[in-house]
Amino acid sequence: MIAEFGLAALWMAAALALLQLLLAGFGVAQGKQDLLSGVRPAAIMQGLLCTLAFASLIMLFMRSDMSVLLVAMNSHSVKPWLYKFAGTWGNHEGSMLLWVTVMGIAGAGVALLERTLKRDTHMATLGAQAAISLGFYAFLLFSSNPFERLNPPARDGQGLNPLLQDPGLAFHPPTLYFGYVGLSVAFSFAVGALMTRNVDAAFARAMRPWVLAAWVMLTIGITAGSYWAYYELGWGGWWFWDPVENASLMPWLAATALLHSVTVLATRDALRAWTVMLAVVAFSMSMVGTFLVRSGILTSVHAFAVDPERGSFILALLAIYIGGALALFGLRVGTVREGKQFELMSRETMLVVNNLLLTVILGVVLVGTLYPLMTEAFGHKVSVGPPYFNRVAGPIALVLMLAMVVGPLTRWRRDKAGLVAGRLLWPAFVMLGIVAALAVLAWGRIGVLPFLGLVVAGGVALGSLIPLGKRNLRRTPLFIWGMVLAHMGCAVSLAGMAADSAFTTEKLVAMKPGDSVETAGWTVRFDRVAPLAGDNWTAMQADMQVSRGGAFVPVTPQNRFFYNPPTGTSEAALLTRWNGQLYVVLGDALDDGRWQIRIWWKPFVTFIWFGGFMIAAGGILTIIGRERRGWQLKLRKLHAGDFA
Amino acid sequence: MKGRWVLWLPFAVFLIFAGLFAGGLFKPDDRVITSKLIGQPLPDFELPQGATDRPSLASAEFAKGKPRMLNIFASWCVPCAAESGHLITLAEAGVPIDGIAIRDARDDVDGFLKRWGNPYAHIGLDARSEVQLSLGSSGVPETFIVDGQGRIVHQHIGDIRADDVPELIAIWRKAQ
Repeated sequence: MIAEFGLAALWMAAALALLQLLLAGFGVAQGKQDLLSGVRPAAIMQGLLCTLAFASLIMLFMRSDMSVLLVAMNSHSVKPWLYKFAGTWGNHEGSMLLWVTVMGIAGAGVALLERTLKRDTHMATLGAQAAISLGFYAFLLFSSNPFERLNPPARDGQGLNPLLQDPGLAFHPPTLYFGYVGLSVAFSFAVGALMTRNVDAAFARAMRPWVLAAWVMLTIGITAGSYWAYYELGWGGWWFWDPVENASLMPWLAATALLHSVTVLATRDALRAWTVMLAVVAFSMSMVGTFLVRSGILTSVHAFAVDPERGSFILALLAIYIGGALALFGLRVGTVREGKQFELMSRETMLVVNNLLLTVILGVVLVGTLYPLMTEAFGHKVSVGPPYFNRVAGPIALVLMLAMVVGPLTRWRRDKAGLVAGRLLWPAFVMLGIVAALAVLAWGRIGVLPFLGLVVAGGVALGSLIPLGKRNLRRTPLFIWGMVLAHMGCAVSLAGMAADSAFTTEKLVAMKPGDSVETAGWTVRFDRVAPLAGDNWTAMQADMQVSRGGAFVPVTPQNRFFYNPPTGTSEAALLTRWNGQLYVVLGDALDDGRWQIRIWWKPFVTFIWFGGFMIAAGGILTIIGRERRGWQLKLRKLHAGDFA
Repeated sequence: MKGRWVLWLPFAVFLIFAGLFAGGLFKPDDRVITSKLIGQPLPDFELPQGATDRPSLASAEFAKGKPRMLNIFASWCVPCAAESGHLITLAEAGVPIDGIAIRDARDDVDGFLKRWGNPYAHIGLDARSEVQLSLGSSGVPETFIVDGQGRIVHQHIGDIRADDVPELIAIWRKAQ
């Protein structure tokens, strides 16, 4: 029953999306208010219905209902409840349902919470959101039905990929989806504004919190996913330039550019066409990236569904939405009045520099991701790996980080180059200091990029604090704190990346129980290997003791063997200290009773993710700060009205 | 308005992308990877000795008129141990085999050969995988057949199984 209920809810949600699209479309086109009054209730109801459908699927997974094909294919009755729950989205159909659910919830959010946008733009936005949802409902219902029954039911399920059986699955996909599906709101805003020819500062102010919220979720999702891959895949890397990672990075880059340009539009009413373009590009990147991977055109560890029929469906959706929005842009943006002009030396220019650099990085990642597809069209097989991305995107990212120091120290409208240079004195001193220190301590031992990374990280860390320098800290608006925190987070994260690639020591040894080994100041003692049983796995666990001069601390890397499906995973043992992480992996047993053991000492590697969460926290502070200021201004206006 | 076509640029870029996407979608999967190096001359190399009781290896060895097999292995590689029996079968059938030990140490190679047998005529040590990379090989084990003029005629990726042996002998014979 639950499956039929879920399917019914999904069909009704799809029908409501169609209704919402028609009401908004005709209502806006013909200016009929009575039609438009139905749009918001439809959006809210639609969000509710797809949430119900998603809740039904979760229930089916929790109950291990093996008469549902999807559950039988991807779950198993003896699996910890957390993975039954999170396993709901650990497959193609379930994650697509999560996708439309997030889209429905985001649409309902725009219907409920958006108060400042002009009415017809608001309605057109909701119409656009419904149009996108409709395509994905069709995709789900016609080619990826998650509620399909299996008759007769399976005895038990086939289980979930053990690599996914990790608490990471519970929060990484949902946050990531809220991030890049949340960007659909920015896309709908852009389409709505182009339709109703209403691109101005007020529009930007209305769009900004939605962009920020999606960007915060995306930042959290990417950061969490990177840490998950780092400890689960067991070879000490934290970013692999896998197509699906690029699929999440590209929307993030576009959204980062967008949230900066939307501020220019909101504050100074400039960069109108560009901001609209970025809003379209950000969500387009979400769709392109996800579906490149889903269609099986690019091979990736995240490819669930490899099926040309689904691929064609996806291509049609991409053509309609992205092609449609870009064509609308070509047609309409010419009629958008040009925004205000600005001086060369100004905050606006610095934000344009930020946008250009982010766009170039986006282009580099996009070309790298699609290059295999392009050359294949001409009959060559090529794969593009980390060296390309690191060497090409790395230096541009460093320039971007430098611009991040200059930008916040430059005034809006007009500034003097000499004055800006004066404010940059301290960061410049810090960077020179780090250059000198590294030159003495580590010259020739670390690569150029990590070297420059450490230098720039120091400059940005100090530079990001300078905007607070001449302010009364108690009266500094929250969104300034948000910016400072986010920029500081970039410095922290960069420092972690650079320190990891500059100073990591790796040791691969074969040890028998009782042996000890020294590496990077640590003594690692290998006591024994013993079997261990979990809920749905058994493991060989190495008991080891490690010490850095003081007391010994236990670490226990494992080799796990899962029953359903029968697969092995390696569970690395991580020991976190303030200045780095010890990362120990248990390898294969050799014939003579020795075990392969891999040990890394990774100085300051945790800064990478700590910085990522700082960036997200900065975004949250900014949303709160902006919203609070909005209410304060409104209240002040109300009071002023009373006295008038 | 001048420069209006610029506004259509994103759309044009998207069309190109959609074309690629459609092309990729309907192209049949290829399951066999053919090496780019087939028909190419073996890259030049000269390696230090990889095992105590075998001479070292240089690319000149492969241009002496008789086809040879070049096996890339390592003492730490489990599939290499698994394929060692089949290499010995090949050597006994008269195929001259040279080895390159990747990221290895001479002591370890000696131990490996003592344990699993030694089908190699020459063994070179490629401590930093440089020759391996120039050969376009990405893992161990891999096996190349090189004709007497120093041209690569065949690349076998992964370990050699029992049913690969006759095929490899046939390819080696044909190269003569």
